Amino acid sequence: MRELRLSLPASGPKAWSSMTSPEYIYPEGAAAFPHNGLVGIAGLAPHEIWFLLDEAQQWVELNRNAQKRREVLSGLTIINAFFENSTRTLLSFEIAGKRLGADVVNMAVATSSVKKGETLIDTAMTLNAMRADAIVIRHASSGAVQLIADKVDCPVLNAGDGQHEHPTQALLDALTIRHAKRAFNGLRVTICGDILHSRVARSNILCLTSLGADVRVCAPPALMPADIERMNVKVFHDFDAALKDADVVMMLRLQMERMEGQFIPSPREYRHLYGLSMERLAKAQPDALVMHPGPMNRGIEIESDVADLAGRSQITTQVEMGVAIRMACLDVLTRKGRKAEGWA
Amino acid sequence: MSTHAPLTIANGRLLLTGGEIVSGALRSEGGFITALGPDVAAQPGDTVHDAAGKLITPGLVDLGVFEIDKPAFHFGGITRAALMPDQSTPLDIPSRVRFAAQSGKPDFWVHPLAAATRELKGEALAEIALMRSAGARAVATGRHWIGDSGTMLRLLHYTAMLGMVVIAHAEDGGITGKAVATSGEMATRLGLPSAPAEAEALAIARDIALAELAGAAIHFRNVTTAAGLDLVRAAKARGLAVTAGVSPAYFMLSDLAMAQFRTFAHLSPPLRCEDDRKAVIAAVADGTIDVIASGHDPRGPEDKRLPFADSAPGMAGAETLLPLTLNLVRDGVISIGRAFDLLAANPARLLGADAGRLAVGAEADLAVIDPERPWIVDSDKMAASAGNTPFDKQPVQGRVLALFKGGVTVRTKKVRPA
Repeated sequence: MRELRLSLPASGPKAWSSMTSPEYIYPEGAAAFPHNGLVGIAGLAPHEIWFLLDEAQQWVELNRNAQKRREVLSGLTIINAFFENSTRTLLSFEIAGKRLGADVVNMAVATSSVKKGETLIDTAMTLNAMRADAIVIRHASSGAVQLIADKVDCPVLNAGDGQHEHPTQALLDALTIRHAKRAFNGLRVTICGDILHSRVARSNILCLTSLGADVRVCAPPALMPADIERMNVKVFHDFDAALKDADVVMMLRLQMERMEGQFIPSPREYRHLYGLSMERLAKAQPDALVMHPGPMNRGIEIESDVADLAGRSQITTQVEMGVAIRMACLDVLTRKGRKAEGWA
Repeated sequence: MSTHAPLTIANGRLLLTGGEIVSGALRSEGGFITALGPDVAAQPGDTVHDAAGKLITPGLVDLGVFEIDKPAFHFGGITRAALMPDQSTPLDIPSRVRFAAQSGKPDFWVHPLAAATRELKGEALAEIALMRSAGARAVATGRHWIGDSGTMLRLLHYTAMLGMVVIAHAEDGGITGKAVATSGEMATRLGLPSAPAEAEALAIARDIALAELAGAAIHFRNVTTAAGLDLVRAAKARGLAVTAGVSPAYFMLSDLAMAQFRTFAHLSPPLRCEDDRKAVIAAVADGTIDVIASGHDPRGPEDKRLPFADSAPGMAGAETLLPLTLNLVRDGVISIGRAFDLLAANPARLLGADAGRLAVGAEADLAVIDPERPWIVDSDKMAASAGNTPFDKQPVQGRVLALFKGGVTVRTKKVRPA
């Protein structure tokens, strides 16, 4: 199986240092990641992003062994509080916590007291009183994770809040790109889809521009947020122009309910203008990566032959990197509580 | 009328209509001002208040509040407020209007605003003439715009006949939808549902056109954008009965105040960009804006300690209305006389109340204020029923030292020796 996977450099994080620009170099030890939680990419310095990517590298390698468990977080309790439906991200966080030896508990909305009218703050205080060592939160409202993070004592990880941020998605995307491309400076990344409603787009824009990439965003005007160019990106409405010479093409999922006339006349019209086909992909660099945070609408925003294109499509690699990134985040953010090395 | 002894406020500086300030005293009898000026002296038997050289002004008239919150109004020097019809049960029938009109007496007067449409739904007209007889001084569309132009036109024809002003909320509901912020970099970075600021100008343009067609008077409660203010300015130049108000938040803050998802900065209409904030200041200076009002809307943690988009809009503004308006005086934007036109005389005139000015025969709603006195806004220690102010921990200047309603003392603040 291993030879089918993306090839990794022989050595660990040190291999990157030759292409690392000065702003990525992080101070050794205590100050490498001086944050109590991960609410967003906003507020992270480039070297802090880089530190998390380096930390994830060991877990990528571990996850490719038959024996995948390390007792790093043994005895710790991690609560995954998902106020919005999720399958993939929840599974990814659960696997990440379990591989590090933590006791992982999932709180699903359907069975929780949130449905009984309990406020978000009261739910947060309840989770806090249960002495969790880390809480992973997904919520449908922008800012909800920050609200909880301000009220609890343990580290809080944002697994997506409304249309605000989804930081671990951006980190796993950066790790995926780093494996394949090795350098971010000047890298042309095209993000296409429902930018307006996408927390993935916002976190990726912040992360990739912070690492030095040239980010282009492409969407019809109704799905493009105002003043997005102030986030240091180039704005396109013409997908073909946005694809020209791109090194990475990131497609976003378009929610079906947005394609029924309010934002887009119809799915097939969206596909006509913004679907990634082989012909369109040819406008990008010959070795351009194809990425998608999933779940995909095959035949709408991305054609099946593109999604499955060997050597170019990174969609399954993204999922693999997701577990490693989440392991790194859980490890790094609980170091203070564990009094582990890496935190003074 | 009043069974209280006549009142003399002595040894003060009187802020007269026209903005002139003269040293002297003011005497009231039976709830009305009977004399004022340098030569006025207390009569035997009068209740005498020593203003100690401070400014004697009219009590503030707050046009458009959402709750009767007397401690906050009295702290802020407000003696009358026009109550928005958006109550737990809307002010859309005469009995509720009559009850609301009595609810503040004797030391505070509530001028209920009649709901323009039944249940404020923007569809069927409410019983406006009956509500007028029950004490409503004006009509309001409530927190929302009336989306149907035909309904709005019929409303304006009707209020023109009755001689009542319509107080309108100016945001095109089709554009705003579920927006909680103004489109721009801040809303984009925070990922908040947003609508372009032009939603305001679109609503104002339509409503001015309809008001002109019907020959009706219309007052826009909050005009917060440069484009909206330009439309009001042009309508005034054409001689239309169009007036505009604003709350201090819109000349003090821009949408940057929403940073960190601060729900105390979740207002309706939402905070605008910096250029619009400056346009509001210019419009206060050039007379386009007629009224500064608090929009007092106290909201507890159950409404505000929520994710931004899920929280209720509004701020507790009664206590900071005077000091924040005095910022404009200190900055040289307006004179102190014009400040009180905006805070008292103009809103009283729109409500048809003989108040809001120091003149013989006017109602003796009076405040003694120290415009320079510094204090710090503290959301934990407010007089209001909730402390949802975006100005928390901000130092301000201007404090009410004593307040009188109808010539009767409401509150006096002990003045520490300087």
